[in-house]
Amino acid sequence: MSIDLKTIKHISKLSRISVDEQKAYKLANDLNSIFKFIEKLNELKTDNIEPLTSIAETTLKLRPDEVKSKDIREQIIKNSPQDNEDYFVVPKVIE
Amino acid sequence: MSDITKQSLSELVKNIKDKKLSSEEVTKAFIDRSEKSKELNAYITEDYSSALEKAKKFDQKPNLNLKLPGIPMAVKDLFCTKNILTTAGSKILNNFVPSYESTVTQNIWNEGAILLGKLNCDEFAMGSSNETSFFGNVQNPIDKNLVPGGSSGGSASAVAGQLTPITIGTDTGGSIRQPASFTGTVGLKPTYGSCSRYGIVAFASSLDQAGPMAQNVKDCALLQEIISSYDPKDSTSIDFKRNEYSKELTNNIKGKKIGIPKEYRVDGMPKEIEELWQKGIKYAKDCGAEIIDISLPNTSYALPTYYIVAPAEASSNLARYDGVKYGFRAKGENLIDMYEKTRSEGFGAEVQRRIMIGTYVLSSGYYDAYYLKAQKVRKLIKNDFDEAYNKVDAILTPSTPSSAFKIGEKKDDPVSMYLNDIFTVPVNLAGLPGISIPAGHDAKGYPLGLQIIGKAFDEQNILNIAYAMEEKINFKNKITDWWIK
Amino acid sequence: MSKNKSEYLINRKDNQYEVVIGLEVHAQVTSESKLFSSSSTKFGAEPNTQVSLVDAAFPGMLPVINEFCVKQAIKTGIGLNAKINKRSVFDRKNYFYADLPQGYQISQFKDPIVGEGKVILDMPNGQKEVGIERLHLEQDAGKSIHDLDPQNTFVDLNRSGVALMEIVSKPDLRSPDEVSAYIKKLRSIMRYLGTCDGNMQEGSLRADVNVSVRAKGSKEFGTRCEIKNVNSIKFMQMAIEYEANRQVDLIEEGKTIDQETRLFDTKKNETRSMRSKEDAHDYRYFPDPDLLPLEVSDEFVNELKKNIPELPDDKKKRFIDEFKLSPYEATILVSDIDTAKYFEEVVAKMGKNKDIKLAVNWITGELFAVLNNKNLEISQSPVSAKNLAILVNLIKNGTISGKIAKTVFELMMDGDKDPQKIVEEKGLKQQSDPKAIEALIDKIINDNREKAIEYKQGKEKLFGFFVGQAMKASGGKANPQLINEILKKKLQ
Repeated sequence: MSIDLKTIKHISKLSRISVDEQKAYKLANDLNSIFKFIEKLNELKTDNIEPLTSIAETTLKLRPDEVKSKDIREQIIKNSPQDNEDYFVVPKVIE
Repeated sequence: MSDITKQSLSELVKNIKDKKLSSEEVTKAFIDRSEKSKELNAYITEDYSSALEKAKKFDQKPNLNLKLPGIPMAVKDLFCTKNILTTAGSKILNNFVPSYESTVTQNIWNEGAILLGKLNCDEFAMGSSNETSFFGNVQNPIDKNLVPGGSSGGSASAVAGQLTPITIGTDTGGSIRQPASFTGTVGLKPTYGSCSRYGIVAFASSLDQAGPMAQNVKDCALLQEIISSYDPKDSTSIDFKRNEYSKELTNNIKGKKIGIPKEYRVDGMPKEIEELWQKGIKYAKDCGAEIIDISLPNTSYALPTYYIVAPAEASSNLARYDGVKYGFRAKGENLIDMYEKTRSEGFGAEVQRRIMIGTYVLSSGYYDAYYLKAQKVRKLIKNDFDEAYNKVDAILTPSTPSSAFKIGEKKDDPVSMYLNDIFTVPVNLAGLPGISIPAGHDAKGYPLGLQIIGKAFDEQNILNIAYAMEEKINFKNKITDWWIK
Repeated sequence: MSKNKSEYLINRKDNQYEVVIGLEVHAQVTSESKLFSSSSTKFGAEPNTQVSLVDAAFPGMLPVINEFCVKQAIKTGIGLNAKINKRSVFDRKNYFYADLPQGYQISQFKDPIVGEGKVILDMPNGQKEVGIERLHLEQDAGKSIHDLDPQNTFVDLNRSGVALMEIVSKPDLRSPDEVSAYIKKLRSIMRYLGTCDGNMQEGSLRADVNVSVRAKGSKEFGTRCEIKNVNSIKFMQMAIEYEANRQVDLIEEGKTIDQETRLFDTKKNETRSMRSKEDAHDYRYFPDPDLLPLEVSDEFVNELKKNIPELPDDKKKRFIDEFKLSPYEATILVSDIDTAKYFEEVVAKMGKNKDIKLAVNWITGELFAVLNNKNLEISQSPVSAKNLAILVNLIKNGTISGKIAKTVFELMMDGDKDPQKIVEEKGLKQQSDPKAIEALIDKIINDNREKAIEYKQGKEKLFGFFVGQAMKASGGKANPQLINEILKKKLQ
C-alpha cells in the first residue's frame, strides 16, 4: 500500500490543513513509512474479535436535567480572535 | 536551610508542618533555582510573583492539616489553569487563557499547593523528546543537549533539576514514564478513569491519564492520592474506592507474584537494558517477591495499534482548534481558507502528521482496515493482560528500550521516535496503571528506568513494589547543575 | 391498473412514475438543559447567552449525558411501537463548520437507541403503515448568520448542543399528502408523550426529505436526492413536487440522476444542488471516546412504558367504542392532544345526561371556526371546556334552542362567561309553554288567513313561513319543536 499525493491532498482537505507540494511530498514519505510499520497488524486474524468500545471499566452515568450553566457570554467570547460582543465572527462562509 | 530544593516533598511538608520552613522560604528557593535554570527551558509560563504572594498569604494563616501545605509546584502546560495562559505547547493556543481550572489541578490547590508556573511539553503531548513544542526544546538536567523525553519533558526536567519538588504530567503512550526514566525520576500513570480528564487539553481521550512525577515513590504516592478523584464532569471517570496511597505504602511485598513477559525482550534491545531488567528481577526477588515467566503474546502489535487509535482520536479532538472561538487565527479570504491557514500555521509538523494519519484511518473505505482492526487488536492486548493477571499480581519490564538520546538525533525519523514507547504503550491500550522508577545508569551515566505494571485500580500494589525495590536499588541521580553558571 | 384513485403519479406521455419518499425528521427533545451540558434550551434568548464551556468546545471540556433526554428518546421509541436498544453507542460525526464548535457532532451512527418501529396514518382512502427505520439522539448545531455583515458571518451557539431526536422513516411514503399526514402523526405522538413540542416555526421539528422516482410498478428504487432541512409541511410538499418532476424530466431526457444533497429555495420554489462533488463529505464516524456505551436496564424501560399516556391510535379506538363517534370525528378529535383533552373535559363536565354527538358538533363546528378565525390554539380557547359543556347541556335539556345557543356562544367568548348566567340575564330562556305558543300561533294564523288556506291546498312550502313568523313573534325563544308540533295540528 502506498499513499500518493492525491490521497494526501484529500486528507488535508478533510482535516482543513493547507498543504503545498513540498509539504505534501514530505507527508507522503512520512506517512508511507509509518503505515509500513502499521501494516504489521495485517498478520493478525481478527474476524471473530469484538472491537473494544471503551477501556473504562464502568457504565455511562446519567446526569439530572437541570440548568446549571448561567449566561457567561463575556467569558466565552473573551478569547475569540474576532467578535462583536454578541457573536463570534468568522470570514464569510461561501457555499 | 540552604538546600531547600534538594529536599523531597515529604521532607518539605514535614519542615513546613514543624514550622522549620515557611511556605515563602520554600517558594522563594524554588523560584530562585528556576530563575537560574532558564537554559533548561522547562517553563512555558512563569507565575512567580503571584506564587510568592500566595506563599506569604499561606504563612499568615497556615492550614497545616492540608496534604501540600504551602508547597510550590509547577505543572505541565496541558492542564487548564484559571486565568493563567494554557498553551499545550502549541502556537495555536499561544494566547489562550482559560476561565476554568482542571479537576486534577484544583485537587492540588485544594490541598494547599501553590502554582509556580506551567511546564513545557510536546505540542498537544505528541512526542517523546519534547522537541515538538512550539516553545522550544527542553534540556535534560542529566546532560547538555540531551532530551528529557516526552511529552512531559518540561515536567521531568523540572523535577530532576529540582525546579519543583513534584509535578504532574499526562501519559497517553508513555509520556510520564518515559521522561521519568530519561531523567532518573519516578512517574506513575494511573489506571484509566482514576484521574479526571476534565480541563486537560485532550490528545487521545481513551488513552490520556494524568499522573504524578516525583523524586521518589513516597512523594509520588502522596500526589497520586491527591489528584485521583471521581469526577461527575468526566463520563469516563470511575467511582472506585481510592486508597490513601502514601499512608498505606509498605515495603513488605513478600509473596507478591511478579510476571516477566518474554515478549518484552525485543530485537535489537541494548544489552544494558537487558542487564537492568535482570538486576530488577534480582531486586524484586530480594524483596521477597516471586518471579514468574509470563507471556503477553500480542505485545508487538501494541505500537501499530497505538499509532492508529491515538491519531484517530487526536484528529477529531483537535478539530476544535479552528480559529473561531479561541487561540490563534490566520487571515483568510473566507471561512475555509481561514481554517486551512490557521491550522497549517498553528499546528507544528508532528501534530499535522498525526492529524493526517488519524483522518486517513477513519476515512471512508479505510475505517474497517485500520480503526476497527486496531480496536479489535486492542481487545486482544487487554485480554493478554487479563490472562496474565490470573497468575501474577504485577508485571516488571524495562521502561524504555534505551536511555535518553541527543536533541535532534531522532527528530527526522518518526518511526524510530515512536519506538521509544514500545514498553509503555501497551499499558495505556489496556487502561492499566504503570510506574517507572530509576534503577541504574547506562555506560554514558544516563539513568535507566524499570516499569511495574499493575492490575486496574491496583495502584497501591505497584506503589508498594516500587517502594520496596527503590530501597534495594538505592539509586542516586547524578545532577551536576551544569546549566547553572 | 390504477384502482386507487388517490394514487399520486407523475405522467409523461405514456409513462407513469411513482414517487418514493423517506424522511429524516429532526425533533428537538423537550428538556430543560442540553444533551451533554447543563445550559438552558429556552427558545429566543439573546445570542450566545445559553452557551457553556462545553457547548463552545473549550479545551478539556467533556460531555456528560442528560438522563431526561435519554428517557424522552425511549418514550418516543415506545410511542412509535419501536424496539428499544438496551445498548447504544454515541459516535462522532466529523466535519468543519463555523457553528459546529467541536468540529464534530455527537450522534449515534451504528447503534442507535431506538430500532425499527411503525406509524399508522389515517388517509382518506384508509389506513397506511409507515415503517420507522430508527431513532437516535444527537446534538444540534449553532446558528450561522450571513446577512448581518457583508464581509463576515456571525455565529450564535445558543442551540449548540440542544438534544435532537433524528427519526428515520423507511422509504414508505408515496405522495406529498402522505408526507403531510406522517409529519402530523409524528408530531401528534410526540406531543402526547411530551417529548417534542413540534413547533415548526421555532425549528423544533424539521426534516431532510429523500426523494426518488421510478416507473410505476417497478420494484427497484431510483437514485435518491436528499433535500436538506425543510422546516414546514407546505415546503416539504412543494419541494417533493418540484424534485420528483425534476427527476422524471431527467429520466425522460435520458439523463442520469446524481445522488446528492439539495436545498429547497422557498423564494424560487425549486430545489438546487448544495455541495460540489469535490467537497464530498466523509464524516469519519467513530465511537466518541469521551463517552461510554449507553446501557439501559429492563426496569428502566419498563418504568417508562408504565407511564406512557394513552396515545392517539388508542384514544381514537376508545372514542369510537365508548362515545360512539364516527372514525372521522374521532380522528379529528385525537389528532392533537390539546383538542383531545378539551373534548374529554367537555364530556366529563356534561355529567350524566349528556349528548356527546352534540358536543362534538359544537367543538368541530362553532369552536373550531372561532379558533381558526382568531388564529388561536385550542389551549388558548376563549371558551373553556366547562362552559361549553354547560352550553351543550342547556341545548340538550331544552332550556335554549340551538339557534339561541349560537347567540349565547358569541357572548361567552367575552371573558369565558357562564352560559347559564347569560341566558338568565338576557332572558333567552326558551319558551316551552304549549299554551302560550298555541296562543301565539293562533294569532299568526289569524293574521295570515290567506296563506293558511294556500297551505292547506297543498302549498307545503309555506310551513316554513309560519315557523319563521312564530319564531319572530317569540323573539326567537320559542321551542322550535313545539312550534312544529302545534303548527302542524293547527294547519290540518
